[in-house]
Amino acid sequence: MTAPAFSAAAPSPAPAPSLPAWVWVKVFTRLLAIQGAWNYESLLGNGIGFCLEPALRYLPGGVHGAAFKEAIARESAYFNAHPYLASVAVGALARAELSGVPADRIERFRTALCGPLGSVGDRLVWAGWLPFASLISLAAFGLGARPLLVIGIFLVLYNAGHLALRIWGLRVGWTRGLAVAPALGNPLLRRGPAHVARAAAAAAGVALPLTAARVLDGGPALLAVVLVGAALVSILLVRVHGRVEGYKLALVLIALFALLSVAR
Amino acid sequence: MTELLPLMLLGAVIGLDVVCFPQMMYSRPLVAATLAGAFVGDATRGLLVGVLLELIAIATLPFGASRYPEWGSAAVVGGAIAATLHTDRAGVITLGVLAGLATAWAGGWTLVKLRQWNAYLARRRRPALDAGARGAVIGLQLAGLTGDLVRAALLTGVAYAVLFPVAVHLAGAWSFSGPPSRSVVILLATAVATSAAWVIFHSARGARWYFAGGVAVGLLLLLVR
Repeated sequence: MTAPAFSAAAPSPAPAPSLPAWVWVKVFTRLLAIQGAWNYESLLGNGIGFCLEPALRYLPGGVHGAAFKEAIARESAYFNAHPYLASVAVGALARAELSGVPADRIERFRTALCGPLGSVGDRLVWAGWLPFASLISLAAFGLGARPLLVIGIFLVLYNAGHLALRIWGLRVGWTRGLAVAPALGNPLLRRGPAHVARAAAAAAGVALPLTAARVLDGGPALLAVVLVGAALVSILLVRVHGRVEGYKLALVLIALFALLSVAR
Repeated sequence: MTELLPLMLLGAVIGLDVVCFPQMMYSRPLVAATLAGAFVGDATRGLLVGVLLELIAIATLPFGASRYPEWGSAAVVGGAIAATLHTDRAGVITLGVLAGLATAWAGGWTLVKLRQWNAYLARRRRPALDAGARGAVIGLQLAGLTGDLVRAALLTGVAYAVLFPVAVHLAGAWSFSGPPSRSVVILLATAVATSAAWVIFHSARGARWYFAGGVAVGLLLLLVR
């Protein structure tokens, strides 16, 4: 019977050597480019190897040693995760490799880590924090903010969460190693997506009418017509969800409108 | 078109942010179109295009290997076209949004091709990767980043070069006045954003009430302003 690679009851990590600060700077900078070679076959795999490479140089024998080459080959294989939460994997895998954890255990750990880091990250970031930051900025626009303030609000708000998540992930991965599972039960990751979704829903409610009013720059009657029309079309879009993409529908209808405008 | 080369550079840097580096989301339409507008002299017009594209882009969820429009370079093209037209004709913002949407559609296709190219390069380097060659890992990453930079630059350049003359022609022949021109595009953008908000958030307990409360606050703010 083999030990589980990834469970809440995983043992405490073996002591690992400390790495110089510049190595962490390199690893973190590379994390920002983790999707540089993303493809439909190995997905994020090459990016994981790329991010780990500065840390793996500290394996016995250095970059020319067998341990380094085996680790690079192992870590560059197929991997899938949300790009921001991949920092958890990079931290944990660096710890495991430098602690001399057996290869088969590392490979099982990598496999087990893919699912949680993908689904949690997608819900928390792509379906939560990103639309939330976007809608807050749109609300600021609707309230009359100038261009610099609108984009400043978005970039500061979004990246406060983005960079904090990457730094937290790298830190918790390195600290916990293969015992990182309990950290993924962090309340922020478990309940955060639902809280962010509710906040984003409220922000959407505030932002949409305000944004429409500022762009339209017309009277209240026309605004009412636009908002009611938008509500009706949105109901239709929800009903055909999965069959029609909103942006393609908008592209076709706006193109037809433009043709009508020049043809009449 | 003296602005073409600088816009290609801007589109390249912004397109790279969409997936590859550093994903700080200055490639979101709200930011990218505003920057492009400012680049050619009219940040406010760029922002208007960016806001409308951002509403539509909320529906895009870049999950895993899903295929989605590329909004970064697209917003640069849309924002720059609206800002460069130098006319107060009613259809300028609408044409900027239209150019942005068309470029986003094409951009999604270029992302797929880039990923297939990355896979081809990785297959070619498979023996070196299996042997643990650090040069192969780093080389593939740099090739992917360079490929994306070039992809975004070419996309921006081609889209702008093709769509700008079309937009000039259409703006000259535009017949609708301002309110109907704006109302059609804002109606569609708001509808896409509202349906996206519903699809994304409705599964969170109580989210529909938060949305309804938000709408009430938004309408109240409109009334008191």
